[in-house]
Amino acid sequence: MIDPTFVELSRWQFAAVAMYHFIFVPLTLGLIWLLFIMESVYVMTGKEIYRDMSRFWTKLFAINFALGVTTGLTMEFQFGTNWAYYSHYVGDVFGAPLAIEGLMAFFLESTFVGLLLLGRDRMSKQAYLAVVFLTAVGTNLSALWILVANAWMQNPVGAEFSAETMRMEMTDFAAVVFNPVAQVKFIHTVAAGYVTASMFVIGISAWYILKGRDLAFAKRSFAVAAGFGVAAALAVIVLGDESGYELGDVQKVKLAAIEAEWETHAAPAPFTIFGLPDDEHMETDYAIRIPGLMGLIATRSLDKEVRGLDDLVKDHETRIRSGMIAYGKLEALRSGDKSEETRTLFEQHKRDLGYGLLLKRYMEDPTKASDAQVIQAARDSIPQVRYLFWSFRIMVGLGFLLLGYFLLSFYFLAKGTLERKRWLLRALVYSIPLPWIAAETGWFVAEFGRQPWAIGEVLPTFLATSALTVTDLIASIAGYLIFYSILLVIEIFLMFRFARQGPSALHTGRYHHEQPAAPAQQPAE
Amino acid sequence: MLDYETLRLVWWVLVGTLLIGFAIADGMDMGVGVLLPFLGKSDAERRVIINTVGPHWDGNQVWLITAGGAIFAAWPAVYAAAFSGFYLAMLVVLIALFFRPVGFDYRSKIADPRWRSAWDWGLFVGGLVPALIFGVAFGNILQGVPFHLDSFLKPHYGSTFIWALFGLLNPFALLAGVVSVAMLTVHGAVWLQLRTEDTIAARAKGVISWLAPTLAVLFALGGVWVYLAIDGYRIVSQPPLTALPNPLAKEVAREAGAWFAIYRNMPIAMLAPAIGLAAPLLTWALSRMNRPGFAYVTSAMTLTGIIGTAGLSMFPFIMPSSTDLTSSLTLWDAASSALTLKVMLGAVVIFLPIVLLYTLWCYRTMWGKVTVADIETRQHQAY
Repeated sequence: MIDPTFVELSRWQFAAVAMYHFIFVPLTLGLIWLLFIMESVYVMTGKEIYRDMSRFWTKLFAINFALGVTTGLTMEFQFGTNWAYYSHYVGDVFGAPLAIEGLMAFFLESTFVGLLLLGRDRMSKQAYLAVVFLTAVGTNLSALWILVANAWMQNPVGAEFSAETMRMEMTDFAAVVFNPVAQVKFIHTVAAGYVTASMFVIGISAWYILKGRDLAFAKRSFAVAAGFGVAAALAVIVLGDESGYELGDVQKVKLAAIEAEWETHAAPAPFTIFGLPDDEHMETDYAIRIPGLMGLIATRSLDKEVRGLDDLVKDHETRIRSGMIAYGKLEALRSGDKSEETRTLFEQHKRDLGYGLLLKRYMEDPTKASDAQVIQAARDSIPQVRYLFWSFRIMVGLGFLLLGYFLLSFYFLAKGTLERKRWLLRALVYSIPLPWIAAETGWFVAEFGRQPWAIGEVLPTFLATSALTVTDLIASIAGYLIFYSILLVIEIFLMFRFARQGPSALHTGRYHHEQPAAPAQQPAE
Repeated sequence: MLDYETLRLVWWVLVGTLLIGFAIADGMDMGVGVLLPFLGKSDAERRVIINTVGPHWDGNQVWLITAGGAIFAAWPAVYAAAFSGFYLAMLVVLIALFFRPVGFDYRSKIADPRWRSAWDWGLFVGGLVPALIFGVAFGNILQGVPFHLDSFLKPHYGSTFIWALFGLLNPFALLAGVVSVAMLTVHGAVWLQLRTEDTIAARAKGVISWLAPTLAVLFALGGVWVYLAIDGYRIVSQPPLTALPNPLAKEVAREAGAWFAIYRNMPIAMLAPAIGLAAPLLTWALSRMNRPGFAYVTSAMTLTGIIGTAGLSMFPFIMPSSTDLTSSLTLWDAASSALTLKVMLGAVVIFLPIVLLYTLWCYRTMWGKVTVADIETRQHQAY
């Protein structure tokens, strides 16, 4: 039987390890392009200050990158260690983008990052610029392939279940790569990385400006990041909206859950901007709704319905019943029944096999499920709404807030009054963590909203685990969290130390802490 | 076009190639990590040692990650059973590996000697522990691993907690672990002899002078041990190779001498153990003659010979099961579908040559002896 504690712990471990990893990834994805822009300006204009900017931000890039690599190691093996049945069941499809990611992207970024950090004086500045560019392409391609893999979990196209091998098998590689979910997710995710890096550079630069230190350096860094940030924040929001549209198309349950769309409304559906979703009674208390907006976002039309959770649950009930037949016939096939009739029935109901497997949470043999159990399984086939509803709104709210920051920053910088807007500069410093919160809540929405599935409508999460024990999991969760937390503390310590030093860390003799006449410490604002 | 049988054979060779590539590239860094506290007596010397691999360790580590991804894609059943079956061993390996990226990157950021010494030991652990455990894992796989597949092909194991970890540490597996550490340490020492001067190079040469011959002896001892005391596995019957893979459809026997079958049936396979035995001795001779460049080549051949011997002896098994013979995984029945293998082969054919080219370019760009004087003048541009 399925041990719910064990499944919960497996999920907690994956979530914790993945979310730790994603503390470091977005900064890498974006900062590398900022380095490329600074380095390009240096190569084109020959101005030393741009080289100093590139060199200084490279130092911070390196501190972050090291932990990205560290936490990424776990990710590559985590499916095998903790999700063994998942690995067997979908490795034929899911493994391929991971292997290609290694060959095409990880090698590229990791081989060139060594030269990025240590090879500058070994080559011409044009060659070095090429190294920065190749590292940038490598990091961003890594994101592409892992998101192709992740998108397949959300929307498993280009594959079919085989009763002989008892697993999903790839039927169309191009369909897996060009999965519409993957395309949208890729741009949304890398652009979120660009936003993160822009906020990081703007926030730290704002601090130098507040302190009145290294102003030329700080303002130029600020300008590069503000420009990049405006473009990136717009891209995140537009592509986020596009995600909404894709969800309406292929992940109706997730969409309905995010929006607390308990019942199907007459088209165009209203958008709930605020409310307290109540999963128990399938309703939202104190809801404030904007008429018609949801229909527009999800269907790009005024006349198409957005299916509500009540109707989706009813759909699932039908599919679970069909899945029970598929499961029964699969067992027959696996125990040697070769009759044409069994084969035909299995093929007819195969697409609902995953729904049949949902019943395994309650019993060994899904074909024996009672009506009550089928209804229960259908009820459990939607994720918990209240967490999704709120994390989604936090993410979107932060997205708009960040866009606002970038626009204001850009505006005052262009006007030349930035230094006098101390409230804005101060707000920017304290807002450095915001893009991380947005990114993590975004991933929470994407993955918690996929529940109860590991692979959408194919493999339930509770079946996907390894045959380990609770003790194993406690040992590994403790191990990962203790080491990750120690390393994170060290990382933040180094980050603060070098950010405080600023460009003086380059030992060029040109910056604040290296000037003999400079006052030891300026009064804090 | 390639048929399914050939594809699976090709992928067995390719996964082997990736593992050998991992040993040659990242194994070298691990060997350097093991040697770091002993060959570097001062901070400057240690920085010299670290900077011989500094610009390359990350790219080298990708061989491990790509091998992991390739096993996932090409042999999902092995990826599932091996990494979950060796759960705690894998946890220990990963935690040890955590020390390397941060060790390399953070060490030079603060001058405090305690800080630096802590990271030196981190790099030591990050080199020694994975090298040891990978060897121990191979030693266990050669003896068969306790796992079975249920009718839905989910892997199960006897016990997994702490006792399972100790169970891995049987005498033969420990010997395999020591062979693994020895071969990677020799490899790291050859690299240091090649890339450093004077005292450090001389100390590296000193290590090779005793460790390389010892490695040859230990490897030979392992062979004798398998011959005398370790039963191999043999496929008694299996469905035709054109059928879809199903691990539970075959019959397997465990018997003495089965791990030597391939050498009886295909004498050319003897090349692998012959190289594994001769190449360390050549490495020793070439190092003595101060030809570390050639010694590097023979050291890479050592790794190829030893890993190749382990793979060939078990052919066509990848992971035999000691508790349920039928559940044993072979390159025929643990493989992915023909389409996946084909797509992945395409990716390897296109990208691996490109990877090798730019990797070589990076090594060439950073080439030259790393010296104490060099580190002292470039304090802030080196690790």
